[in-house]
Amino acid sequence: MTGQRTAQRTAQPTAPPAPAGPAAETPAVPRFYRVASRREDTADTVTLELTEPAQPVPAFAPGQFAMLTAFGVGEVPISVSGLGDSGGGRARRLEHTLRAVGAVTRALHAAPPGSLIGVRGPFGTGWDVASAAGRDIVIVAGGIGLAPLRPVVLSALADRSRYGRIVLLAGARTPGDLLYAGELERWSRDGVEVAVTVDRADSAWSGEVGLVTALIEPAGLAPGNSVAFVCGPDIMMRFTADALAARGLPASRIRVSLERNMRCGAGWCGHCQLGPLLVCRDGPVVSYDRAAPLMRVREL
Amino acid sequence: MTGTVTASLSAQPFFAALADSQREALAGDGTAVMVAAGERLFDEGGVADMFWLIELGRIALDMRVPGRGDQIVETLGPGTVLGWSWLHPPYRWQFGAVARLATSAVAFDAPSVRRRCDADPAFGYAMLRAFTPVITERLQATRLRLLDLYAAPHQLSHADIGPVNP
Repeated sequence: MTGQRTAQRTAQPTAPPAPAGPAAETPAVPRFYRVASRREDTADTVTLELTEPAQPVPAFAPGQFAMLTAFGVGEVPISVSGLGDSGGGRARRLEHTLRAVGAVTRALHAAPPGSLIGVRGPFGTGWDVASAAGRDIVIVAGGIGLAPLRPVVLSALADRSRYGRIVLLAGARTPGDLLYAGELERWSRDGVEVAVTVDRADSAWSGEVGLVTALIEPAGLAPGNSVAFVCGPDIMMRFTADALAARGLPASRIRVSLERNMRCGAGWCGHCQLGPLLVCRDGPVVSYDRAAPLMRVREL
Repeated sequence: MTGTVTASLSAQPFFAALADSQREALAGDGTAVMVAAGERLFDEGGVADMFWLIELGRIALDMRVPGRGDQIVETLGPGTVLGWSWLHPPYRWQFGAVARLATSAVAFDAPSVRRRCDADPAFGYAMLRAFTPVITERLQATRLRLLDLYAAPHQLSHADIGPVNP
């Protein structure tokens, strides 16, 4: 039994025939996606491009997440960082940026092109970028929190005339930990107002050094006509949202992406409960007027 | 010249809480300056006899670390104030400061401002109320950076890192 289990843990699965009918849509059954490409963004972070042309899961919205399976290791919730080909309401191509921090993410991080990864989803609430139409978009990212926000930038740029200013404020631990450095330059050329700060500079860094909240005041925001999208560690989101609120941005127009212990993804198991919210179903994206009281409760 | 400085002060939220008369008085101790990129404003341990309101550009606060050179601890941009060591004895800079970009600022004669604060407690209190939020914000920012929030568990040097993500 132990040997068999060991064999199961190490075997690379082959994609079985996809189930037909209603069972195909069950959120508990992963689909087999193939790693089409693997890009190393930083020393411990990669972006995997996943494809499944035959039986893809439904299309994702920016801010939603998938449960990704490293077969034989486990499953983790990872937000989409790129929506790829979502024609016909199906996610034939997906991008996920993930950091190797534990057993599952280390296995996913190491997945080579051609290997198979299980995908369940889409799960949770999205950023609802379209609701910012006619307003300025303010994106504040901390660390790998830039990954779930990348689709916000891409979708706003794809429909540029619908929005006012697009302001992106990003904080990273060091210059080497900054995600999407090449894309940040491209977005800047495309009219996104990009400001970046790092906690620790190296000798080659000529930019800002300090907390991401220090970028808010110089950005000259128009709080009365902005919608903010904030993602990063909980404490960073709280301080950022408070700083935005202090400048007059209503908490209802500040959105944060909560991270809790998501397991089923469908609100069944309760592992991700945060007060009255099941984060996998009612989040991860919630407005700050809902999130703020919960983020301050020590036991939650 | 004082009129130019007064206009500069009025344009920046930093001294917004000062009454017009107080702002004009403060402007009397200020001079518009340009600092070239790379120019050092002060060194750690030097006499803190100035402070600056940055209008454009970027200033880095740094500290000389043996074997590692000048380590930047924070950068300051437009609308922020550089220097508060002039407020309290021993009036010595705790860090160094160097312009990272060409910077325009209003430079203040700190001993003169201090004398004005001593002579006019209402003015002194207004100045304190202008500086205290900056000091508080930077202290909070420093504390948050101490938490190393963006670090992965393997990057943290201390043991108590809590549960590790899968």
